[in-house]
Amino acid sequence: MADSYKQPQVTPAMVADHGISPEEFEHIKKILGREPNYTELGVFSVMWSEHCSYKNSIALLKTLPRDGANLLAKAGEENAGAVDLGDGLAVVFKIESHNHPSAIEPYQGAATGVGGILRDIFTMGARPIASLNSLRFGSPENPRVRYLVDGVVRGIGDYGNSFGVPTVAGEVYFDESYTGNPLVNAMAVGIVKSSRMATAKAAGVGNPIMMVGSKTGRDGIHGATFASEEISDKSEEKRPSVQIGDPFTEKLLLEATLEIIEQDLIVGIQDMGAAGLTCSSSEMSAKGKAGIEINIDAVPVRETGMIPYEILLSESQERMLVCVKKGKEEDVKAIFDKWNLDSTIIGHVTADGLMTVKLDGQVVSQIPSDCLVLGGGAPVYRRETKRPEYMDKMAALSLEKYPTNRNWNETLLTMLSSPNLCHKGWVFEQYDSTIRTNTSVGPGSDAAVLRLRKTTKALAMATDCNGRYCYLNPRRGAQIAVAESARNIVCSGGRPLAITNCLNFGNPYKPEVYYCFAEAVAGMGEACRVFDTPVTGGNVSFYNEDPDRAVFPTPTIGMVGLVEHIDHITTQWFKDTGDVVFLLGMNREELGASEYLHNVFGETRGAVPEIDLKFEKQLQDALLDAIQQGLVKSAHDVSDGGLAISLAEGCISNREKMIGASIALADSIRKDCLLFGESQSRVIVTCSSKDASTLEQWFHSKQVPAAKIGTVGGSNLQIAGLIDLPINSLADAFYTAMPKFMERVG
Amino acid sequence: MKFGVVTFPGSNGDYDSYAAVRFAMKEKVEFLWHKSEDLQGCDAVILPGGFAHGDYLRAGAIARFSPIMKHVIKFAKSGGIVIGFCNGFQVLTESGLLPGALLRNNHLRFNSKFIYIRVERTDTPFTGVCRKGEVLKIPIAHGEGNYYNFESDVRKLEDNGQVLFRYADASGNASAAANPNGSINNIAGIVSAEGNVLGMMPHPERAVEDIIGSSDGLKVFESVLNYCISPKPVGRL
Repeated sequence: MADSYKQPQVTPAMVADHGISPEEFEHIKKILGREPNYTELGVFSVMWSEHCSYKNSIALLKTLPRDGANLLAKAGEENAGAVDLGDGLAVVFKIESHNHPSAIEPYQGAATGVGGILRDIFTMGARPIASLNSLRFGSPENPRVRYLVDGVVRGIGDYGNSFGVPTVAGEVYFDESYTGNPLVNAMAVGIVKSSRMATAKAAGVGNPIMMVGSKTGRDGIHGATFASEEISDKSEEKRPSVQIGDPFTEKLLLEATLEIIEQDLIVGIQDMGAAGLTCSSSEMSAKGKAGIEINIDAVPVRETGMIPYEILLSESQERMLVCVKKGKEEDVKAIFDKWNLDSTIIGHVTADGLMTVKLDGQVVSQIPSDCLVLGGGAPVYRRETKRPEYMDKMAALSLEKYPTNRNWNETLLTMLSSPNLCHKGWVFEQYDSTIRTNTSVGPGSDAAVLRLRKTTKALAMATDCNGRYCYLNPRRGAQIAVAESARNIVCSGGRPLAITNCLNFGNPYKPEVYYCFAEAVAGMGEACRVFDTPVTGGNVSFYNEDPDRAVFPTPTIGMVGLVEHIDHITTQWFKDTGDVVFLLGMNREELGASEYLHNVFGETRGAVPEIDLKFEKQLQDALLDAIQQGLVKSAHDVSDGGLAISLAEGCISNREKMIGASIALADSIRKDCLLFGESQSRVIVTCSSKDASTLEQWFHSKQVPAAKIGTVGGSNLQIAGLIDLPINSLADAFYTAMPKFMERVG
Repeated sequence: MKFGVVTFPGSNGDYDSYAAVRFAMKEKVEFLWHKSEDLQGCDAVILPGGFAHGDYLRAGAIARFSPIMKHVIKFAKSGGIVIGFCNGFQVLTESGLLPGALLRNNHLRFNSKFIYIRVERTDTPFTGVCRKGEVLKIPIAHGEGNYYNFESDVRKLEDNGQVLFRYADASGNASAAANPNGSINNIAGIVSAEGNVLGMMPHPERAVEDIIGSSDGLKVFESVLNYCISPKPVGRL
């Protein structure tokens, strides 16, 4: 083929089509000392795309706290972050977006999002133990949105269920800002023996490079570039950029990969995600401070006539690149043969620092590896920022506009049956949540908790972000996202360990968008420092815009916490008649940015609730201590929808044992703020009556306000003379809403 | 007493069955690779949950051609204890060891949650430690669990007492509301006419410790253990 293969001539139009700016093109010429050929242009275009290079975000990301005592793999070092858990174990976790593919092909887009993040975990040698996802869509009134929800949920379910990982937690959030550009953020968590963690490098001159897993096809070419553009009418034409997932092959790849790592046959391994072979080979060799030579004709392909450009850029799924220890090739092959997977030697490690690609012995692309990668020669930009005008306008809120003589019973039922607050069983029951038999608390409590087999510990995990807060005040919104994730972990009995983040924003070349990005990163950093939860990695997704709007700035936080003893595992629902209900924290007269204003008045405005991070930390520490002392029977944070919603959830979220409560509140603030305001740093805690005074004194000694507000029992929820409803009507509103609006036709 | 758990490519519940026996029961167990030509002297064989061979064609349709299946069939025909959970149940119907078929759930969605099943008889190798009518809390996780058979064959199953578990509510009523997938007669699990082969959609292997939500599933394993140690005649089926 080499004789007949002539590379197309590179033209200025072609350069522009590849999303390479004139300055970047000059830079490429300087690196190479000549003009790039067509194949090289393709390689640069994907590696320097926003998706792979983080060129517009990395400078700010480096301001986040990325150090911590127990970190085994820090942000950017490996495919995912890793934290030491003791007992010789480490937890490996990461979150990643698959927004653009899901916007045009929801089923495959979401499925391959799950597949990609699982590979990031098992390429580290860790067995995935849990999957989470944070999903955001437009209004479910819109049939196209319902189509997207249906496809995304099926895609996540079918992939994770077949692969065999429990999907245990996440969020589903609806707002019009996400109409054309839904957010699909998938997180995976794995466990590995610390001594057996694999690394993503190629090193040792002469060591063979093997490609394992599926064959390479034309699917997903320029997926990374596509992810670095806004969604438009033309996006539908990019459907071929969406990859196709095969969870069965991924399951085989998992088992084979863990076997070659366990048997110590390899130097390094990396999965092929965005930019496929190009990204994995350049990153592995750059990390190993080596070069890599690839014989492109050796790559197993599933289509005929594929040119080097296509093979290098293909994003066919379920593939890995492995740097094998010389002499162990046959052992690796035997393992992949057992699992009916291809494993082919396609090259070797060199000393020259170059990523060289040959076709029939003839060089078709040769680029210094280090120049391609993030942290190496990839460009780094800081964009212009400008505070969006809407922010000051939207911050104003005149409370007198909102009458407080409402029927609060009806209001509570309306709120409980709203898309954002109703029970999401319709979604999460489509995900296997019990496989691998570690799930102690599944979907539907503040955080999921999985026990760690052969230890007395457990892991708590949650994702969180309130996009509305971040739209109105990105800095505070990001602080709250971290604080709320930590609160969810603590309410479940865990100590927050670290976070992974998925930063979903619009076009970074718009100064208003970049302002929000910079503010959110700053707020996240501030909160992470207070909670001592370093950022272990994650992903940035820009260009989340449809022709009508940008999405709310949405810096999703994925957090993992350690439950020191399984006896500390705590759930959010009320337990027994006679238990005493405490409210930790203070009810303030805040209504801004609330779900109440959005749901009842259709408004997104007002000041985002205040947060004092130091006080929040103090509260969380005191609560975790109380849980560890065995004083707490349930703990539930107060967040979206406010106090009334949290109390209702306390009554009904354990469907098998629903129970009422009588609550008295002494606060003299507006009723709407009292019931539905979203003041931060509040938790509802219950304990048995014999422990009530001990618990009260405990929080008092820690300077955490703890008001005894009522008792558990009866068949009604009564709140402060404002609300009195049978729990059955609460449950009816809460549980039947989502199926009703999802199964509507038209 | 030794259990064997078959691993097909794409099995993902094999480890759960293995762990239930090894860690919860503290009994002997080993994995049996699907290409194995030998059951390694196991006294009971479990076909686990998952998506054997990907199940892209029809659940269980390809697994029945795995080399180990002819040995499993021979073992079952000679009275050996064979159990299929979820995908394993689908493999058993595809290979003819159990009658009927598992259709897609009537609501056409995968469904994962804890449900209740009622024990219909206790004189079998799988329910010896249960009380008749006892209700067990066990998770389900399947997209194709809607048991179907011709009316006359269902009648035969019922008349023979081959329906071992039925979907029910917490108080044991086999109501339509308690049926998660549209199965005929709320059928959750059946045994062969000889009584030594069990297929069930729910996952008792995932309900073996309170920390994971229920330990009711242990009763199935304990019953098998008791039976294998001192076989009692199976009630007249």
